This record gives sequence, structure tokens and C-alpha cells, in this order.
Amino acid sequence: MITAERKPLDEILELVGDKKKILVAGCDTCVAICLTGGEKEAEILASELRILAEKDGRAVEVEHTAAIRQCEWEYLDMIAEKVEAADVVLSLACGIGIQSLAEKFAPQLVMPAVNTNMLGMPQEHAVWLERCVACGECRIGLTGGICPVVRCSKSLMNGPCGGSHDGLCEVTTPEKEEIECAWALIWERLKAQGREELMFTERPPKNWSKSSSGGPRKMVREEAKPV
Amino acid sequence: MAEPEAAVETAEAPKKPVDPDFEPEIIVFACHYCAYAAADLAGSMRLQYPSNIRMIKLPCTGKLEVIHLLRAIEAGADGVYAAGCLEGECHYLKGNLWARKRVNHVKELLAELGIEPERVEIYNMSSAMGAKFAEVATEFTQRIKELGPNPVRREGVSPHAAAREALGGVAMPDEADSSAATAEEGSAE
Repeated sequence: MITAERKPLDEILELVGDKKKILVAGCDTCVAICLTGGEKEAEILASELRILAEKDGRAVEVEHTAAIRQCEWEYLDMIAEKVEAADVVLSLACGIGIQSLAEKFAPQLVMPAVNTNMLGMPQEHAVWLERCVACGECRIGLTGGICPVVRCSKSLMNGPCGGSHDGLCEVTTPEKEEIECAWALIWERLKAQGREELMFTERPPKNWSKSSSGGPRKMVREEAKPV
Repeated sequence: MAEPEAAVETAEAPKKPVDPDFEPEIIVFACHYCAYAAADLAGSMRLQYPSNIRMIKLPCTGKLEVIHLLRAIEAGADGVYAAGCLEGECHYLKGNLWARKRVNHVKELLAELGIEPERVEIYNMSSAMGAKFAEVATEFTQRIKELGPNPVRREGVSPHAAAREALGGVAMPDEADSSAATAEEGSAE
């Protein structure tokens, strides 16, 4: 799913500026599941903003709402009235949701209250691990179901670098946790599948123009478009 | 009695003189299985504790969410605490441990808002600990008197009513409410 983390309060306050009527808009899909931007979290942020305003003696009006999905026009219709009545909308949705809201209600001010950070897999309750970067050309059929683009720190496509030791990467996470070497994992998985020869198969270079490096992407399903 | 650990350390603020006329309004989210019964016991034991506390009964402190604590502060409560079962003794196994995490998270949020995190707390006690209930109420009231009023004061808003409203159907009727309900039912018949 798409995961996001809430921005620090100071940054949010700077984005809101001196606007008096604030709407905190959550999204009840991906960001709700990652406990960052659902209706509950929208209510918490709204309460925080009211507490701060009351404490500082500023007269602001803060409301909250949530769309079932902020990235779909139909669901945005359901919160239209509140969005249009606000001076600024603080969206807790992912980057897609925030932009959909901003586009649908342009020129309404829509500000991000979160940083969208990854396409993550919930490893356990309240822990997410990055598993995909939507590169547009999936190769995990050749790598035992383990993505080297996202799980190798250098996104190497043809085996490990010299920094792989005892199954670990030479890079650590920003939290200084160890990272497993994706290519060591791939080797072990392919061995378990009896497909080690895949490691020695020549592969054509990956087409990165299908990733975000090739400019904004667009997908059209002609057979499904309304007639 | 061991103080629960505070998750957030705050800079030592210069101590303000305590206003003798300041009577804080304190909301207590009390678990039905322990603290609420401990309060009853404290009453039966004729123990004295400050009248500043207003209780809200919950089926378990695990039902308490971040927004419930925030709404009480937003409505002007000077202090808020949860009183749950002893750790390891929760009727629902881990509700009080969840509550501790949430209380600690609210402390972080308050610190971010520039409000003393000490205004929220969680205590653990069993239903047999009437004396501890009175002691905690006294100690927490004193803590809040020293901190002074919540900077978020809203005229005409009852923190107790706001906290109850935020909880919706989660809050259990207290004894007074339930006897009123029984009387109503009686008169309807």
C-alpha cells in the first residue's frame, strides 16, 4: 500500500499561514491503514490545531473530514461543500490524493500535511517495509520474487556488489539498522527453488524510461473506457 | 508508590507559585474492573481525596484513544489521567498496555503544542487498592495545582461533557446515571 508520515507541526503551521478557516481532510484508504491520514488522524490534527490556536489566542475555525478515497473524483464530490467553504485544506492523503483534491477544487489552497514515503508492505502491526518503486518493468520473475530495484541499496540488476558480506549490505538504514543484501536473498531463494542458473543468465538492460525517469506516466485501458 | 515513567522529558521550567484559589478540573478515565471499583472502595473506607477529579467509566483503558485525551485538554481540562489495571492483570489482557502507549503519544503531541506533557498520565491499580486510588488523585491534583491552569481555557465548555461526548458509546454510565435511568424506566412502567 501507499504509506505516508505526518509532517512536523511547525511545517504544517507554516503551510497554513494566517488562514482562518481550516479543513483537515483525511483519506480512508491507504493512509488510514498506515495510521497516518485516516479520519481518526484528521480529527487528531484538527484538535491539535484548535488547541494551539486557543492557547495562542488566535481565532481560527478548524474542521475535519475524510474522503473514502481522495484520489477519485466521485469520492471528492462527497466532501465538496466543506472543501469549498475552507480558506485552506490540509490534506492527509498521499501525494495522489492531495493532487486530486487540489486539481478538482482549483484554485482552492490545498496543502500537504504528510510526506508520502513509499509503497510499503505491512511486515507486522505498525511496521512497513518498502517493497516496490513502481519502476514500470517488473523483473522479479527472474529474481525469485525479490525486487533488486528497491531492496538493493544500489538497485543493481546483475548481482551483488563488493559491499555484500554475510548476507548484509554495506549500507544501513537512516535509523542505522542493518539491511539484508537483496542479491544474497535472491541467491538463497533461487537455490531453494532450484533455479540458480537464472543468476548466470544474460539479461537485456532494464528499460528505465518506463519508470518515472521517462517523464509522467499515463495508463489507458481502452476496453474499459466508458462509451 | 512508583510513579509511572513519563515518555517525554521536559526542560526544567522555573516553578510558578501555586495559586491557592486555583481548583483544577481533572478528568479520570477509569477502568470498570479496577480503578472505578477502587474509587468505590476508597469511598467505603472513608478516605479523603480531592473533589477536583471527574470520573468517566470505561470497560477497559484499552478503549481510550488519543483523540479522547486531546478532546478533554481541548475542552479545557487542566489534567487528564487514565487509571487502569495493574500491568499483567488487565481483564482484556493488554488494554492497559495499549493505553500507556497512547497516553505517552499524547504527551509527545502536547510537548509539540507547547503544553506541559505532565498534564496527562496513566496509573495502574487493582480494585482492592482504595488507598492507592485516593493517593493518586491527591498526588495528581497537587501536580496540576503546581502546573497552574491549562492555557486552553474555554468558557462555558465542560471538559467532562466534552470527553464523554468524544467517547460516544464507549463511556459507561456512572452510578448516578444508571440509577437515573432505572428511575426513568420505573416511571415509564
